[in-house]
Amino acid sequence: MSGVETIGLIGFLPALLVGTFAVVVLMVDLFSPAGQRANAGLITLIGIGLGLWAAVRLWGTDATLFGGMIVVDAPSLWFQVVFLVVTFITVLLSMQYAAEEGLEQGEYYALLLFALLGAMLMAAGGDLLVIFLGLEIMSLAQYVLAGMRHNVLKSSESALKYFLLGAFATGFLLYGISLLYGATGTTNLTAITTAVREGGLADHPLLTIGMGLMVVGFGFKIAAVPFHMWTPDVYEGAPTPVTAFMSTGVKAAGFAALARVFLTALSDLQGSWTPIFWGMAVLTMVVGNVAAITQPNIKRMLAYSSIAHAGYLLIAMAAAGPAGLTGLLFYLLAYAFMNLGAFAVVVALEQREDRHLLLEDYGGLGFRYPLLGLAMALFMFSLSGLPPTAGFMAKFYVFSAAVEQGYIVLVVIGVLNSLISLYYYLRPIVLMYMQEPKAEVPALRLNPFLVTGLVLALLGTLHLGLFPSRLLGLAQAAAQGLFVP
Amino acid sequence: MEPLFPLLSTIIFLPSLGALLAFLIGSEELVKRMALLTTTLTFLISLIPFFLFDPSTAAMQFFERADWIPALGISYEVGVDGISLLLIILTTFLMPLTVLSSWDSVHERSREFLICLLFLESGMVGVFAAVDLFLFYVFWEATLIPMYFLIGVWGGPRRVYAAVKFMLYTMAGSLLMLVAILALYFLHRQATGDATFNLFQLLQLDLPLGTQRWLFLAFFLAFAIKVPLFPFHTWLPDAHVEAPTAGSVLLAGVLLKMGTYGFVRFCLPLFPAASFEATHIIAALAVVGIIYGALMALVQTDIKKLVAYSSVSHLGFVVLGIFAFTSQGLDGAVLQMVNHGVSTGALFLLVGMIYDRRHSRLIADFGGLAKIVPLFAAFFLVVSLSSLGLPGLNGFVGEFLILLGAFRTLPTYAVIGAVGVILAAVYMLWMYQRVMFGEVTHEENRHLRDLNLRELTVLVPVVLVIVWIGVYPQPFLKRLEVSTGAIVERVNTMARTHTAQTRAASCLRLERSRMRTLPHDTGHGRRFGLLPCRESRGRARETEG
Repeated sequence: MSGVETIGLIGFLPALLVGTFAVVVLMVDLFSPAGQRANAGLITLIGIGLGLWAAVRLWGTDATLFGGMIVVDAPSLWFQVVFLVVTFITVLLSMQYAAEEGLEQGEYYALLLFALLGAMLMAAGGDLLVIFLGLEIMSLAQYVLAGMRHNVLKSSESALKYFLLGAFATGFLLYGISLLYGATGTTNLTAITTAVREGGLADHPLLTIGMGLMVVGFGFKIAAVPFHMWTPDVYEGAPTPVTAFMSTGVKAAGFAALARVFLTALSDLQGSWTPIFWGMAVLTMVVGNVAAITQPNIKRMLAYSSIAHAGYLLIAMAAAGPAGLTGLLFYLLAYAFMNLGAFAVVVALEQREDRHLLLEDYGGLGFRYPLLGLAMALFMFSLSGLPPTAGFMAKFYVFSAAVEQGYIVLVVIGVLNSLISLYYYLRPIVLMYMQEPKAEVPALRLNPFLVTGLVLALLGTLHLGLFPSRLLGLAQAAAQGLFVP
Repeated sequence: MEPLFPLLSTIIFLPSLGALLAFLIGSEELVKRMALLTTTLTFLISLIPFFLFDPSTAAMQFFERADWIPALGISYEVGVDGISLLLIILTTFLMPLTVLSSWDSVHERSREFLICLLFLESGMVGVFAAVDLFLFYVFWEATLIPMYFLIGVWGGPRRVYAAVKFMLYTMAGSLLMLVAILALYFLHRQATGDATFNLFQLLQLDLPLGTQRWLFLAFFLAFAIKVPLFPFHTWLPDAHVEAPTAGSVLLAGVLLKMGTYGFVRFCLPLFPAASFEATHIIAALAVVGIIYGALMALVQTDIKKLVAYSSVSHLGFVVLGIFAFTSQGLDGAVLQMVNHGVSTGALFLLVGMIYDRRHSRLIADFGGLAKIVPLFAAFFLVVSLSSLGLPGLNGFVGEFLILLGAFRTLPTYAVIGAVGVILAAVYMLWMYQRVMFGEVTHEENRHLRDLNLRELTVLVPVVLVIVWIGVYPQPFLKRLEVSTGAIVERVNTMARTHTAQTRAASCLRLERSRMRTLPHDTGHGRRFGLLPCRESRGRARETEG
């Protein structure tokens, strides 16, 4: 804890930069003349880039700030980097989209940055209140972002649904936090651990109920069954880049907080929460994968696919321990690349007024746009977990962590689900390559920014699949850090 | 004998390099030439290990090693013994022929077609060369993607159905195998503290029979689906009928061998006791496959489907040979893998050639072709005879060795299996007769062209190999013997130890419980058969010693 003095605010620099740039974007937008509003996105990119630089420079730090409110350690930095990368690519995808769909540029990027800030707070929170604060900052920004296309009915529906259900779920979380506070007399994660251990509170009913309520609250954010009902509708209605952010960034943030709370503060209750995650993992995988099969709309299909991936991630949670957390860290990074990549292709093909979002619209595009088709095929193979892609390595690591803990049955259910998922991930490929194009072929929304985002996602997916060694080593080191007593 | 460059890696990755090049080359005509050059070069390079191979050892040769993911004990490790060597040569031998065969028959998107073929070759060679289980799995799965595209994009009318079915069936097995690989890895780490996916280190592990059974089952399913062993064969006819010629050739020639190779390389050595225990079930499935495949081939109206079902039958022989646990049986099985690859590959090539001309594969659409296209008929005859196992051609050597090996340990199955040889003669010759002899029944057949130079270039090497193996299989068998011998010996000793141990353990339990219930009446002991128990325990000790 002596690090507080030495690193000071530097430890919080990534989040500070993001927050500052959010305000800067708003200000620039406010004071720039009406004709020149296109630069908000660029400023956002610079802000995120600086944040990324700061976060990478901080790697190796292990300290707490503000009296234990903020933790700067390897898992927290890893998650912050994931969020920053996710937002960076999201902004790249948004450039032309936001302009064409008539989104308010300044607000859009500022809200994206605020959502990022919230997510970073969730990952860095050393106190339940900070985590809650982060979650609220992120969620509020997301509610607005989901409804940004105010002239589209579905978008408004999406925002309203997300807001009502989200507020409801947040209530559960807050209630859980208050019960935890009631049982232990503190909201600081480390202090809770100590209180539970020294007071022998592991069986305390308040603690158990509080834990259950927090599972509900976080379960909503990560879109785990049975708290997933909102996902398809919200994902479908929200602007596509926002959906991309939700499925990768928000989910990762939910898992970041979930992992930190359950693996540190509630680690002594492991006996009671592993069965919960075990069951949720099975339900989430099965429901997500089976429902995805019948979706005609690609955004809905990816929504259900993202539910299913929450299931695989819950396997990592059930496996607990350093290996499980390593799997979680690595999986979320890999998932960010491949899922953002898939959404990049969706954005590229999507037309105004939600046209060209049906799977059948992808017919024959593989040979017409060879590189785009190839990229989509790669992302689909990666999502279904075929080597040599990031998705395979990530799944492999998560499954191996679970096998190590002896959860063979869970892993067998997991791989059978991968098989189901293969069926619907193959569908876009079947359509793109094995059918003739429809007469009317859309003009692509391909601009340098989108292409950059696509290439970044592609490189990430391939790199993590072919040469995962270095990042896997970093993830392992990061995960170990959380378990040092 | 140190080679100048990493031989196996070159053979594995040269085709991939060609595939990447193909993206960059502008003209499709040039891509074809480049692909032909790449595959031919790969074949020539793969001859180097064939000639430098040291047949006196079962150890992995031309071994290469590099760290890949050291944190998990995963490394890039490739090497060959006699078994994998022959299968690699088979792969590299078939590749230039498939490229040539699709020269004129694939008109659309020939660049992408060749890219798929080249990537597929890398995957296939990698499967046979991998020594690290993780690497093996990656290559195993990596072959799926190009094959999926080959069937799905360039296939027949029901191509999408066939491609997806192929993919899902194979994945169903291999995903369970992945779980088993992981379990094996952790069991080994628990026992030795050493994290590794290296096959030979994992072989040191002596697993209890109960664990072996489960792991064996998972591996077995993956390979049985791939072979395909009856009743997991239903994807095969669909995939074969819909696949383009090159796809069928590689599917039958190489991809099916990945399953039988898996049995030999992984199932037997890793789980000897469980393999031994499952002998009768698997032999029965193999024999059912032999007869069923042959009977199904007999009633087909489509030549390609007939050949596909004949594959089910032939692969049944291979599996029977493997699970006979005799060195002749295993020698024969591996040789038969090569033979089947060459002969059935050639049959698919021939069917493809006639389909290019006539756009039909129905037996009823032909008749009397021998008069119109005599050259084609002659090649077809040689290949058919080789496929049905005529002495003097390659099929005979393999089948004979398999039956010889199987007669020693599984006589009943061997006798029933031998019926399959007769049936093979029936369906092949009957089909040949209906297609080639008699009157010309369809006018449009009168103007069919005979083989051109390109097609002759494809077929002549195949026929040469067919005759070579048939007359003088020694160069191949010589390279096999030590490798197969080592596996057979391992299975037999390890399996015996295990069986003896299990019997002894169960007897011990029995004995103890009897001691408790009948403390005074030791005279019952003999009547209850305690003596054999003591004997078997003694045997277990001996074998352990």
